[in-house]
Amino acid sequence: MHFAFLPVEPLFKKRLTKLKGENKMHHKIKNARALLGGCCLLAMMTVQPGIAMAETVLRIGMTAADIPRTLGQPDQGFEGNRFTGLTMYDALTMWDLSSEDDASVVIPGLATEWSVNEDDTTTWTFTLREGVTFHDGSPFNADAVVWNVEKVMDEEALHYDASQVGVTASRMPTLTGATKIDDYTVELTTSQPDSFLPINLTNLFMASPAKWQEHFDAASGDDAAKASAAWDAFSRDASGTGPWVMDGFVPRERLELIRNEDYWNAERVPNVERLVLLPMPEANARTAALLSGQVDWIEAPAPDAVAQIESRGFTIYSNESPHVWPWQFSRIEGSPWNDLNVRKAANLCIDRDGMRDGLLAGLMAPATGSVEAGHPWRGDVTFEIGFDPDEGRRLMEESGFSADSRLAVKALTSASGSGQMQPLPMNEYIQQALADCYFDVQLEVLEWNTLFTNWRQGARDPGSLGAHSTNVTYATMDPFFALVRFLQSEMAPPVSNNWGYIDNPQFDELVARARETFDPAERDAALAELHAASVNEASFLYVAHDVSPRAMSAKVQNVIQPKSWFIDFSPITIEE
Amino acid sequence: MFVYLAKRLLYTIPIVFSVALVCFMLVHLSPGDPLVSILPADASAQLEARLREQYGFDRPLPVQFWIWITNALGGDLGNSIANGRPVLSEVLNAVGNTLLLACAASILGFALGMFFGLVAGYFRDTWIDKLATSIAIAGVSVPHYWLGMVLVIIFSVQLNWLPAVGAGSGSWTWTWAHVQYLILPAVTMAVIPMGIVTRTVRALVGDILSNDFVDALRAKGLGERRVFAHVVKNAAPTAIAVMGLQLGYLLGGSILIETVFSWPGTGFLLNTAIFQRDLPLLQGTILVLALFFVFLNLAVDLLQAMIDPRIKRG
Repeated sequence: MHFAFLPVEPLFKKRLTKLKGENKMHHKIKNARALLGGCCLLAMMTVQPGIAMAETVLRIGMTAADIPRTLGQPDQGFEGNRFTGLTMYDALTMWDLSSEDDASVVIPGLATEWSVNEDDTTTWTFTLREGVTFHDGSPFNADAVVWNVEKVMDEEALHYDASQVGVTASRMPTLTGATKIDDYTVELTTSQPDSFLPINLTNLFMASPAKWQEHFDAASGDDAAKASAAWDAFSRDASGTGPWVMDGFVPRERLELIRNEDYWNAERVPNVERLVLLPMPEANARTAALLSGQVDWIEAPAPDAVAQIESRGFTIYSNESPHVWPWQFSRIEGSPWNDLNVRKAANLCIDRDGMRDGLLAGLMAPATGSVEAGHPWRGDVTFEIGFDPDEGRRLMEESGFSADSRLAVKALTSASGSGQMQPLPMNEYIQQALADCYFDVQLEVLEWNTLFTNWRQGARDPGSLGAHSTNVTYATMDPFFALVRFLQSEMAPPVSNNWGYIDNPQFDELVARARETFDPAERDAALAELHAASVNEASFLYVAHDVSPRAMSAKVQNVIQPKSWFIDFSPITIEE
Repeated sequence: MFVYLAKRLLYTIPIVFSVALVCFMLVHLSPGDPLVSILPADASAQLEARLREQYGFDRPLPVQFWIWITNALGGDLGNSIANGRPVLSEVLNAVGNTLLLACAASILGFALGMFFGLVAGYFRDTWIDKLATSIAIAGVSVPHYWLGMVLVIIFSVQLNWLPAVGAGSGSWTWTWAHVQYLILPAVTMAVIPMGIVTRTVRALVGDILSNDFVDALRAKGLGERRVFAHVVKNAAPTAIAVMGLQLGYLLGGSILIETVFSWPGTGFLLNTAIFQRDLPLLQGTILVLALFFVFLNLAVDLLQAMIDPRIKRG
């Protein structure tokens, strides 16, 4: 609780200055009155802090059913990173979240600069920011970086935590280790030359070794039991270097953070004093909580509630997100999607604007690729995706299909799921749209986790039920996740998510070139070439980008919604 | 009574074991991967294999079951895969919240159900009976998640009288700051038991009133109040059995109500565990709830025997 003493003190000074030169007795009486009044004022302010010294609080209803993990490596996808990663922790590299218009790019975080060794491109040198401390007061340095790499890489390390490995190692698949050079220099190594490493490192959050050790020392049992107990305790009493400090944690109910007044980046010290995060997985419950004033901000309002929310004076923020809602085609032998004309025709037969304005109340952006114009990886796309059913039908006729000779395709999808938006209505919309272009679409609806698991099993797996496409949405913040895992032939199941077994030598060559090009601009140029080639080949049915809608009270001001899964809570103010 | 109690306690062992086995098999045989909450689908095959080994999911199912059940007997239900916290503390926290909600809903539902049932039974075939029966039918017919949403729209969104979701901040206290969070979910949850108890008690009272002993009581000159007391006493064992079953259902937590109100109870916990494929949490929660149900039924049986000496046990 912060008490507003500052405005009171000048009030007394002004009052006492004015009294100078007046009658002495009168002074005493007035002084006594002033002091009495001041005391009363202070007493009132102490008794009724809610009135006089209201703390600025931002209450957010998340879509998560539980508080994302707080021990440094959050679960629950990018919502976890958004709320319990980037708030309490920093990484060596960070996302620039300061613009609504430009693509969000990687910027220095706890590392001020980095370079790859010219003689051995599997070795990187990172220079660390000096003068940064964890919330517990311990210093951030090279030892802390090595410790945080070991927590997910070194199975022999005492603080190795298997539960953090999945969400970390998978996001930096080539990182193998870290070595301290000096207090503020570390060397990171990768299993193969990988220019994506600085982007991957945005996912490795720096937790405090000193705080963990404190919890470890307080635990009992053997080393393994103490380590497990230390991580459990750390999750309730966490310590990072981020702009927000943990102040209260009730599992499954709420997480309270207070601003870090000593944050190393003075420009990002939060304006709001307290951030309260509440899990509300049910969209109608979130909307009711917002409309009743129980929270100030909700994530992902239901599209059919948007009009009501806006009519009551609340604001909807949205922006194109690094996300794609696609059909990922099977390219195995016998798949109808092996025909380029068919792939292009499907992409031309969907009225994406109609889907946006009619079905989703404006809460989507039409997709014409994995990334859109203005993004550094967009490239020279020659196949322009839009709504042109005549051209779509022409292409289908060229491949031998017509109203009398229709093409049957089977599509996997889910009824719900993380990032899936409104999968059933959207797929039914596509089914109707493609029917006008000689397609007969059979939708095969799987439970979300089943569909998600099948993503790694591939089109040949019996679990795919002979389907010709799957419908799992993906994030495009990182080149590996946006492009490489789908387009490189060696990423076919069970290695990664090349579900449809795409095997295109041009893609493989471009992936290799991008990975081994260490100048950021040249690397982006190589990625742009890869992306353009994939769109020109109509590798996916590109349908929509999510726009990360969030609704908030009018009192929440200075919101900058970047083209990102993340958002910076620091500039936000609460206007009562 | 002691023999009966010992016998019933012995019966619980195979019941709990069977529940544990069925639950274990169901969650393992259903499609999906138990590592889905900590292992993104884009993880490499090597990483997946490594974690599968570290979590013990690479072992044969009978071995996994044996390890789990022996640990459970020692009071260790393991740790949640998704959040790493001990399952036992997760379940007990949720049980506490569900207990609170279930008790509040039970008191409300049973009191109203008893009242409407007695009135309807006593004034059978009058407009009072028709009104009480209509309320009962509405109670068992209305989808309670729909009712919950309607109550939220009226009392939270429109009137702004009560909070829409959650259980309030900090530990529970019997203050308005917390009680206000309980009202809407408790009312929503009370509707079905109210309807069921009303219908049961109405039928019981009607049946008892047609017995000869009621005429005998009246012939002996007992006032209607005394007769009524006898009717209530005769209806009590069956009514208590029904209420016990209803309380058991309520203690199991309502996934729909707890999700609609984001009430952090066992239903909410189960919902999360199912969607995250968090097997230890799912198994632990179901096991604890099964134990609750078994012991609750035992308590109801004992209570019935105490109230009605004609019921011979053992």
